[in-house]
Formats: sequence, structure tokens, C-alpha cells
Amino acid sequence: MIHLTEFFGLLTVLVLAIFVGFEVISKVPTTLHTPLMSATNAIHGVVLVGAIVIVADVFHAQSTLLFTVLAIVATALGTINVFGGFAVTERMLQMFKKKEAVKK
Amino acid sequence: MTATGQLVFVDLADILAFAFFIMGLHYLSSPATARHGNRIAMIGMLFALAAILVSTHAAGWWAILIGVAIGAVIGVFSALKVKMTAMPQMVALFNGAGGGAAMLISTIEYFVTWSGEHPAGPHAGLGWIVVVSLVLSAIIGSLSFAGSIIAFLKLQELMTGRPITYPGQQVVNALIALLVIGFGGWIIVQQGVLPEWIYVTMLCAALVLGVLFVLPIGGADMPVVISLLNSFTGVAVAITGFELNNDLLIISGSLVGASGTLLTILMGKAMNRPLTNVLFGAFGAAGGTEVAAAGAGAQQVRSTSVDDVGVMLAYASQVIIIPGYGMAVAQAQHSVRELADQLEKRGVTVKYAIHPVAGRMPGHMNVLLAEANVPYNQLYDMDDVNPEFPRTDVALVIGANDVVNPAARNVASSPIYGMPILNADQAANIIVLKRSMRSGFAGIENPLFENPKSALLFGDAKATVDALIAAVKAV
Repeated sequence: MIHLTEFFGLLTVLVLAIFVGFEVISKVPTTLHTPLMSATNAIHGVVLVGAIVIVADVFHAQSTLLFTVLAIVATALGTINVFGGFAVTERMLQMFKKKEAVKK
Repeated sequence: MTATGQLVFVDLADILAFAFFIMGLHYLSSPATARHGNRIAMIGMLFALAAILVSTHAAGWWAILIGVAIGAVIGVFSALKVKMTAMPQMVALFNGAGGGAAMLISTIEYFVTWSGEHPAGPHAGLGWIVVVSLVLSAIIGSLSFAGSIIAFLKLQELMTGRPITYPGQQVVNALIALLVIGFGGWIIVQQGVLPEWIYVTMLCAALVLGVLFVLPIGGADMPVVISLLNSFTGVAVAITGFELNNDLLIISGSLVGASGTLLTILMGKAMNRPLTNVLFGAFGAAGGTEVAAAGAGAQQVRSTSVDDVGVMLAYASQVIIIPGYGMAVAQAQHSVRELADQLEKRGVTVKYAIHPVAGRMPGHMNVLLAEANVPYNQLYDMDDVNPEFPRTDVALVIGANDVVNPAARNVASSPIYGMPILNADQAANIIVLKRSMRSGFAGIENPLFENPKSALLFGDAKATVDALIAAVKAV
């Protein structure tokens, strides 16, 4: 449960993060849009943190098998998002590096 | 660790996590530092996971272990196996996974912890925030999950990439949206004390809506939709943060939501298509048929031979190569670079003209050419290269179509009308490498092929380019 004062604290954080998001991205050149999209994609994989919270909740509530399985699926989906996202971004950016080495 | 020590550790690790995310995104804005950016963001993720495992005491650790093991294997394996040409649909799929996770988290929260332990009651002001964010993140997560899967199926060509439309589509979508909003509102007002089928119906309707809203979108609009779905998942994650009272989720989610929205707008601008047109315009469905009818069947085109083109290229002083997705599909990028090397040896200036939406998402072509070790300094953005075309002897169009379509300039009925294009038609000669006369990704005809200065070379792009290399060597 969230108290109202806490809620406004969170809302402040939300608004600030939105501005930071706009600010940081506005400088990225088109060349990097694909890696950027997949990197931001990996960052929202932080939903895995939420999945870990929910696994704990399911265990404390001693819930049914169905919800245990669903919590595991949520964890797996979050992990796919994180690992896949970062790995694919790394692969793309490695190619940009190779190219610069050739140029020298 | 003492309880206080633990609290300090968790809070510090969370702060480090989002600081690293922001720094990572910052470094991603320059090709020189982009790799550091990605690694910094990875370290941020490690802090985030460490913090949450400490604060939940890793309750249900074996379930977490199973989930992470499955996810890591699937995620890393597919990331390493995917071809660079298939990158857009891979990003869509990973994005769908994130949306699906947000949807499941809210659903489990609803059934297990929230409706179970706190059967509503007079806790207004406490419960509202949780129930509102729970409903919202379930709906947005489902939209993103279902929409991403349809986007993947379309781009992977497991279903038609063309827009799928039917009469009354907008009405059907609006009715389903109303159902989702209505049931969601009902759950919120009742603070969740409702029969379970109402939540389940809301969730299913949201999933159906996710499918239906991507179906009529196709062609060149798909990258914009992927970016939009990316920001959807970001928003869903941020709202999940309110539900779980976790500020790291709120920060990271809104960071991605905001950057995704900005990226979507930038892409729309590059194609000169407002977002509303992308979502409701059904690219290439309505306008495309009109243009096709005006073209009245087969276009009159001139085809040429590899030897003629070889001579033309060898004696040119400037050649501009316009690569498109067709080149990447034929895996011709390595041969293209070899051809460019041969021409450079003969003193021909070679430039690559990169349209902002070349490939299947912005920046995709840069990644594909990088894969073939094409030197950075030969790549030119549209605005830099367009003044060069009148001074160019040969514009070599390899597997590109829509980005050189002059219809974008003057045919108001064309679905790509208004999109800035590469002025290939201003070059002295235009050679188009094409597999067949099939229309491009956007499904519209291209008057450039009928230009008297144009000649077409039919065949597989890689085989044709290899033949051109031999022809140039023989000159």
C-alpha cells in the first residue's frame, strides 16, 4: 500500500525521468537509432525486478501452482528482455567498432 | 547484514542502477562511445537485480532461478543467432517479452496479493493508487505484448506484411477499446472486489485490441510501430513501479517511455508522416491501389546488360550507391563493398547514400553496412548527398525502391507523398538492380524505373554485383 505523500514523491521522480529521457535521446544521430532502440528495450527489461518482487509475493502468500508457474513465466519473459536486448545491442555495436579499426 | 545496512545497500544500489542507465543512454549518442554506453547500462542492471534480491531475501529463489535460466538461454541464443537483416523483428519480440512480463506481474498482483489479502474495504486513498496502476499496467502491457507479436509475424513474413483492413475496422477497435476501458474502470471503482471473469475479460479484450491495432499497419510504417510499442512497454513498466512502490521501475520505465516517444516522433518526421496517419492511415492500402490503377498494369522499363554497366561504372568519375533492404536480403553487402573497392582503385569516387529509413528501421542500413566493413567516411546522410546527384555519373540503386521513388515529390495520392527521398533521378545514369518488377516494401509503383535515364538489371543482387565486379576488372 502506498501513502499519498509517497505517491507524490514517486510522481516527482516520474516527471523528472521523463525530462531526462527526452533530453538524453534528442542528441542521438540516426546512425545509432537501431542500437539505441534495442538498448532502451533492454533497459525496460528492468521489469525483471518487478517479476522478482512478484515471485516473492507469490511465495509469501503460499499461492497455487498456477500463479507460481505464471510468476516463473514473468521472470523468464523479463530475463529474455534484459539478456536478449543487451546481447543484440552489443553485437550491433561491435560491428561499428570493427569498421573503425578497418579505417585506420 | 543488519536491517539498516540492508536498507542502505538497496537504496544505494537502486540509485547507482538508474544513474548507470542514464549514463549509458548518454554514451549511446556517439558511435565512439556507444559500446561503453551499452556496458554501463548492463552494470546498472546488475545493481538493480542485486538490490531487489537483497530486499526480497530472494524469496522463491528456485522459481527465480528457473525463470532466469530459461529466459537467459532463449534471450542470448536468439540474440546471437539472429541475422542482422532480421534485427527489427528481434527487437519487437524482446519488447513483447517485456510487455508480457508487465502484464503477468499485474495479473498475479491482482489475484494473489491484492484482491486476496486486502479485500478492498474502506481503504480509499491507499488502495486507489495501486488499483489504478495495476489496471493500467495490465492493459498497456497486454497491448504491447500482443502488438509486438503481430509486428514480429509481419516482419518475419509469417503473415502478410501488408496492411490488413476490413470495413468498420475503426468502429470494431473503438468498441473493444470501450470494453477494455469500461471493465478497467469498473474494477477501479469497485477496488477489485468483483468476480474474477471481469478482470480476465478485460485482459483478453486488451490482448485482442493489441492484435487489431497493429493489423492495419504495414509497409514502411512498421519501424515506427516498433518504436511506439517500445515506449508502450516503458510506460507499462513505469506504472508497474507505482503498483509495487518501486522507484527504480518508475525511473527506468519513464526514461524508456519518453525516449521511445521521442524516437517515434523523429521517425515520423523523417518519413513526413504524422503519428495519427501511421496508426489509422493503413499505409499503401488505400492510396496504393489508386497509383497502381493509374500506372495501368505493367510499367515500360529498359533493361541492360552487366557488361554495359561495367564499362559505364569503370569510366565514371563519381558513383553513388543507394543500398536498400533488398541488398541485405541477398547478403550482397560484402560484394558491394568489393565492387566499390575495385572502382576506387580505378580512381572512381564512390559514395553510399543512406536514407534515414533505409532498411527496416532507422539506422538499420548503417548496421548492415558496418557488418560488411564499409568505411564510415563513405556513408552519406540524405541531406549531405542529395546536392551531389547532379554531379554524379551513375546512381547504382541496389535493392532500394521507396527511398528513391519520385512519386513522393509530386503524386499527391501516393502513400509516400511528402517523404523526403534520395534524388537518384538527377544523376546522369540510373542503374537499378532488382530481383523482379515486384513493388517495394510499401507496395507502390516507382516512376523512377520508367525514367529514360534508367536501366534495370534483373537478377539476384549478389550474383549481379559479383558479375559487375568481373566486368569492371575486365575493362
